[in-house]
This record gives sequence, structure tokens and C-alpha cells, in this order.
Amino acid sequence: MTRSTIEITTTPDDHRIARLAALAITLHLIEAVIPSPLPGVKPGIANIVTLYVLYRFDFATAAWVSLLRVVAGSLLLGNFLSPAFALSLSGALCSLLILRVGMLLPRQWFGPVGLSILAAFAHIAGQLLVVRLWLIPHAGVAYLIPIFAAAALIFGAINGLIAARLLRDNAKIPSSEKQT
Amino acid sequence: MSRWKSFPSPLPGDWLILAIGCAAVAMLFVTLWQSEPAGKLRIRAGDQVFATLSLTQKRTLEVPGPLGISRIEIDNGRARVAADPGRHQYCVKQGWLTRAGQVAMCLPNQVSLELLGGEKAYDSLNY
Repeated sequence: MTRSTIEITTTPDDHRIARLAALAITLHLIEAVIPSPLPGVKPGIANIVTLYVLYRFDFATAAWVSLLRVVAGSLLLGNFLSPAFALSLSGALCSLLILRVGMLLPRQWFGPVGLSILAAFAHIAGQLLVVRLWLIPHAGVAYLIPIFAAAALIFGAINGLIAARLLRDNAKIPSSEKQT
Repeated sequence: MSRWKSFPSPLPGDWLILAIGCAAVAMLFVTLWQSEPAGKLRIRAGDQVFATLSLTQKRTLEVPGPLGISRIEIDNGRARVAADPGRHQYCVKQGWLTRAGQVAMCLPNQVSLELLGGEKAYDSLNY
């Protein structure tokens, strides 16, 4: 008998992405059980990880972590390819796009807080676009935009502050990620 | 432990984004949540428009339907169904309508009252 084994060679980068994505997925799941007064108004704490990764490593790693979180999170919650998944994905893609653009802003003026707010706005904009075009194709959706935008502003700022603090407090131990 | 005491203060650009964000949210609230004061009302009976009238008057109309007469009252900027022969009286209980897009329907008697704003006339029944 020949044993068939599939060997996947992984790099340290893969391990790092997997570890960070696991952290993001955990936050994603915790958030899923927090009740919300209005569907869609959520703190988005998993985005703290995306932001942290973006600053600590690079955009590619952040994109991996964010998208892995969306896909794996939906598999764990059982809503893969459902409308909730589509909303999650469109939000993640839009905020990644704005983060990519935001990285071009001068670092001495713009920090994680600003980028987090921009990403939160992009996130909700992407979600509302899907809602308007696909789920609820009606002009009445516009009525909810101010609430979502206000929530994005508040939670974006808070998440940004948390990310900024994590980045500052872990700045002195850059080698902590290398142990495996 | 002292390094956990406080959050790093945001950079000037962050404050700028925060300020612009606040302004944008405030503007969204103002533009999307303002309800136009209604200027006109439209009364339908069955499949026909019974009348389209200005709200700036004091007047009572009697609209005939299959069950009888629905009485509609206009009172300088507001309107209501004052009396209706229907069983549930939902449209009467709605009371005064003041904002554009508001609708009171007396389904059994096939009479409806809709307030109209200026130019915008999107379908408020659909939502």
C-alpha cells in the first residue's frame, strides 16, 4: 500500500498570517454573539487586528488576514455565501481598498485612528451598496444611512485608538513574532 | 504597567479626519432625515384620484366609497380622516398627518389620503 500524503510546504509568513487570522476570527466570533440594537451596527473589533497587521507588517498580510477572517468566520458561523457573508465580504473589500489608499497619506500626520475611521466608513459604504443593489432595492434604505455612518465614526475611532495603543505598546518587542 | 495607562494621542491628520467625519455624519442626518413639510394632499377613491388639494386651507370633504361616506378634514397644514364607515377605523386612529409621504388608508371604503411634498413624489406606499 502506498500512502498518499499531501505535503504542503509552509513559510513562516504563512504561519504568521494564520496566527493573526485566528486572532481576528476569534474576535469576529465573539462579536457575533453580542446583541445589537439594529442589525448591522457592530463595533467591528476584528478590524483592530487588520489595522495592527497593516502597520506592523504590510498591506498584503493585512488583506490575507482580513479576507481569511471573513471566509473562515462565515464557515464557523454557518453563513458562508449567505447575504450576511456578502455584506461582510463587501465591507472588508471596501475597507481594504481605502486602507491601501490611506497608506499613501504621510505617516507623520495620519495614524491608525484616522485610517480606522476611513476604513469604517468604507466598510459601511460597501455594505450599504450591497443592501441597496441586491437585498433591499429601495430608496428607503437611505433613511438608515445616518445611523450607520454615526456608528462607523464612533466605532472606527475607538478601534483605531485601541490599534494605536497596541502598536505603541508592542513596539519594543518586534522579535516576539519570530518564535514558532 | 505604566505603559498601559493611556492611549496614544491621535495625530493632527487623525483629528482632521474625525472632524470631517463628524461634519459628514451631521450633514447626512440633516439631508436624509429632514421631512419636508407637506404642501398638498391627494385623496383617492377606488382606482381614481378624487382630489388633489392644497393643505393651506380649512375644509372638510366628503368622499363616497362602497360602504358610505369618508369624511376628510384639512386644517391649515395638516389633514386627517375624521370619520369612516370601515370596521377597524385604522385610518381614523392615525390622527393628523403633517409630513410629506404620510398616508392614511381606509381600505374597506377604498379611500386613501396622501400628503405630498414639493417636487419629490417617490412611492411611499412601497416601503
